[in-house]
Amino acid sequence: MLEDLILTVLMTSVPLVYAATGELIVERSGVLNLGVEGMMLMGAVSAFGIAMVSGSLVLGVIAGGLAGMLTAALFGILVLGFATNQVATGLALTIFGAGLSGLLGAPLIGHAIEGLPVLRIPFLSELPTVGKLVFSHDLMAYGAVILVAAVAYFLKRTRAGLVLRAIGDNHDSAHALGYSVLGVRFMAVLFGGLMAGFGGAYLPLMLTPHWAEGMTAGRGWIALALVVFASWMPWRVLVGALIFGGITIMQLAGQARGWTIPSQFLSMLPYLATIVVLVLISRNREFSLANSPACLGRAFHAGK
Amino acid sequence: MISLTPRKEIPLTLTLMTPLVAIALTLVVGAAIFGILGYDPLAALYQFFIAPVSRPYQVADLFVKACPLIIIASGLVFAYRANVWNIGAEGQLILGAMAAGFVALTWPNLPGPVMMPAMIIAGMLGGLAWGMIPALLKTRFNTNEILVSLMLTYVAVLFIDWTVRGPWRDPMSFGFPLTPMYADAALISRVELPGIGRLGQLHWGVAGALIFALAAWFMLSRSILGFQVKVMGDAPRAGRFAGFSPAMVTIMVMGISGGAAGLAGMVEVSANIGQLQPDISFGYGFTAIIVAFLARLNPLAVIIAGLVVALAELGGDSAQIALAMPKVVTGVFKGILLFMLLAGETFNRYHVTFSLPHRARMQGDSDA
Amino acid sequence: MKHLLKGIAVGLAALAVSTGAAMAEPLKVGFLYLGTPGDHGWTYAHELARQKVEAHFGDKVETTFVENVPEGPDAARVTRELANTGHDIIFGTSFGFMDPMLKVSKDFPEVKFEHITGYKRSANMATGNIRFYEGRYVQGIVAGMMTKTNKIGYIAPFPIPEAYQGLNAFAIGMREANPDAEIMVIWANTWEDPVKEADAAKVLVAQGADVMAQHTDTPAMLQIAEKAGLHGFGQASDMKKFAPNAQLFSSVNDWSHYYIEKIQQVMDGTWSTGEGPDHWAGNTWKGMADDYLVLSAFENMPADVKAAAEKAAAKIEGGYNIFTGPIKDNKGNVVVKAGEALNDGTLWSDIFFYAEGIQGEMPG
Repeated sequence: MLEDLILTVLMTSVPLVYAATGELIVERSGVLNLGVEGMMLMGAVSAFGIAMVSGSLVLGVIAGGLAGMLTAALFGILVLGFATNQVATGLALTIFGAGLSGLLGAPLIGHAIEGLPVLRIPFLSELPTVGKLVFSHDLMAYGAVILVAAVAYFLKRTRAGLVLRAIGDNHDSAHALGYSVLGVRFMAVLFGGLMAGFGGAYLPLMLTPHWAEGMTAGRGWIALALVVFASWMPWRVLVGALIFGGITIMQLAGQARGWTIPSQFLSMLPYLATIVVLVLISRNREFSLANSPACLGRAFHAGK
Repeated sequence: MISLTPRKEIPLTLTLMTPLVAIALTLVVGAAIFGILGYDPLAALYQFFIAPVSRPYQVADLFVKACPLIIIASGLVFAYRANVWNIGAEGQLILGAMAAGFVALTWPNLPGPVMMPAMIIAGMLGGLAWGMIPALLKTRFNTNEILVSLMLTYVAVLFIDWTVRGPWRDPMSFGFPLTPMYADAALISRVELPGIGRLGQLHWGVAGALIFALAAWFMLSRSILGFQVKVMGDAPRAGRFAGFSPAMVTIMVMGISGGAAGLAGMVEVSANIGQLQPDISFGYGFTAIIVAFLARLNPLAVIIAGLVVALAELGGDSAQIALAMPKVVTGVFKGILLFMLLAGETFNRYHVTFSLPHRARMQGDSDA
Repeated sequence: MKHLLKGIAVGLAALAVSTGAAMAEPLKVGFLYLGTPGDHGWTYAHELARQKVEAHFGDKVETTFVENVPEGPDAARVTRELANTGHDIIFGTSFGFMDPMLKVSKDFPEVKFEHITGYKRSANMATGNIRFYEGRYVQGIVAGMMTKTNKIGYIAPFPIPEAYQGLNAFAIGMREANPDAEIMVIWANTWEDPVKEADAAKVLVAQGADVMAQHTDTPAMLQIAEKAGLHGFGQASDMKKFAPNAQLFSSVNDWSHYYIEKIQQVMDGTWSTGEGPDHWAGNTWKGMADDYLVLSAFENMPADVKAAAEKAAAKIEGGYNIFTGPIKDNKGNVVVKAGEALNDGTLWSDIFFYAEGIQGEMPG
């Protein structure tokens, strides 16, 4: 019974991990894209539509990622090419994505599909408890963990990761060193879109296999909070997503058992915790310099 | 590739032209989309831009819809001019509405001349207090105000939800999440001119919003505070040399923008709803951010930008009623309009040249 | 100012002309939707009813709907807009439109307003509702007979009278069929959030529920039941497509009877708010007997359960009051005495209790 609850927590965290890890890369490059919700919705509707028409969930996932990426490209062109304000453009992207996904999704309403199958890893999934919790998931859930590991490795161990961080911390000197600030940022934005699209795809393919208008219901905004809560560290995104997901499920499970704490206060906890984390990392100057991208949200153009 | 060179001076004609060109482009793209979706493009554009203001009472509605946007954006202009990124106006609006609601519900028998000022002050203080949290955390601990103000918006949404479902719920509401209705003295009345009567739903809060925007413009362009704000935003180093305190400026602008959002919350509830409920704002705090940028951070232009954005909203409704066009089309159209206006702004600030990738890169390098 | 004055006069004249002309032209009917017909739940049911209205009256009516109307000042504006564009009768299909519509109704005495699920009426604003709880009583009986774990999951929306009516009717039916069964309630605090509903359903399954009911609007819960090989009930519209093996039946809202009745009354000039000395008489509140609420086919259940469900449905259609005493709450206190029953008024005010069989404490 507890295993099943934990399994639910894991599943509800998966889309958050994708979207937040993508946004983490975007923010590490110094760009703030508030349009995660819009990109997730585009990912969700495209994934469901393609999966329904083609009958292939894999194609659905790919379509979801690509749709998120295309939506992000729009943001990238405006913010990087035209140096528009990132906050305003991100908000506009959310309005746009919500609208367009609703429009595209209208013919999909009222249809259901088979969700992603669970891949039980032979032998290991037979183990008590661990077998169920660790070795019995769908492909995208395993993918989320691999993604976090890859991003952590990328940021810490690769040259490209170093360049990305350098650009996020000080775009002027990175530019002086000859790196293409806008080029790298555009790639980061596309990656963020791809991941938001994957995260969105998980909702109609796995969590609840149908499409509903606006079905992300604010999860894109939670992903944004999660990046900060994780203080821009990939592994902490994983932990944070489990905490956010855990609190959501705890409220529901607590109610079913007759708890009477107002759910609103439990729901507030992750956001308050995020602020506390932010204060703790910001007052520690060394830590804050090491992790939080100093150029976050600031426009760059050569020759400034 | 696109390369940008900042303009030294912005010619006035350009300032006026770019939004018009952006709107014209939106019309073309919008017409194409409407056409593809099977609507008569001209009829659709008519419904979006002309029909919502074709009758006098509708013009009044437009101002009513734009009212909270104008108030909030006028305040946000201060913050953004000073490079302080308050994006939590939505939460500040909610706290302002709650503080004003507290006055209205706790002392329902206050006479009008006391009630209204008390609610206005409470509303501004509520928003201000919520804005002070990111401000103080920024000045004290160097936290990022974008993120803190955003987090506090989530908290505010949950807080009002709990309040109206719990302690402030009207015992006579059969369990529905509504507070009691405000007393008449706590309601902002409709504008009623002698000999003419009411002008649609136009209420005195709209007059307040226009005065507020004018006052903001005056403060920004004529007062010492406005000067400080602009200096700290454009040239922080020069500002410090001049003896301005960045912390003080941060606190001032967060206070002004938070207070403005709180005021907007108070006005919206007192003029249009008359009681607190879980949803009182519908995203005005976020939309106002876009309005502030469309207005190029100029409070006078905020009035126009607020009206344009409000028009797109009303146009969506009239297109639904007249053409059965789904609401989602409005979202797409609004998104395109905002993208165009934001991109148009770039042509204003920069010389924009388009070129082949490798040439642009070389140019970029030589610029540095 | 003079121009403005003139403008208003012209506007009013145009309005007068349009209402005058409406006599010869089709009756204009407006609908305000809270969500979109794409929710496949609440708003979808209203949309189906609107289409039936068009099919029934043909050229005699012209219908308009506005979707995604927020519950606040925008609702007032849209209502006013519909009134100004010559709509003769306007249906508002969400509780939150109550006060905005009430305000507007006073400015347009010629226009008829119909508010769904509310309790405030005016000279030209009537209210209507469906006795949703009747279907839940039948659900309770089926759930009580179907459960093997004696644990039933129930996803509730907000703690409002309609939700308590449904929950308690369900509990009463369930306990009639199975005195050992218990209900675990989760208040989702939403009408429509598929992911949250799915999460709630998974939590209920994890806690041992093998039959689930919902008062929220999406098919998410049924899809979870389908995947887990369990059973559940659909809400507002027939959700069989989403869970062919899990759905026992859906309580389907059919608003068309109400709409057609009211529109016909406007055409005949007999429309009224029905308000009498007894405040509650003004509320048109009908259920299974009048086909306002329709139960979809009973499926995926053994013959004896099906027979019991059919019997219960017939009993209700025969006028049985589910809330007939004695009714005890879950702490053993008598809330409705023997020989008494809740009526259309007290079903709103005295319904705030957890009937026997519901676990836990009420929220708030």
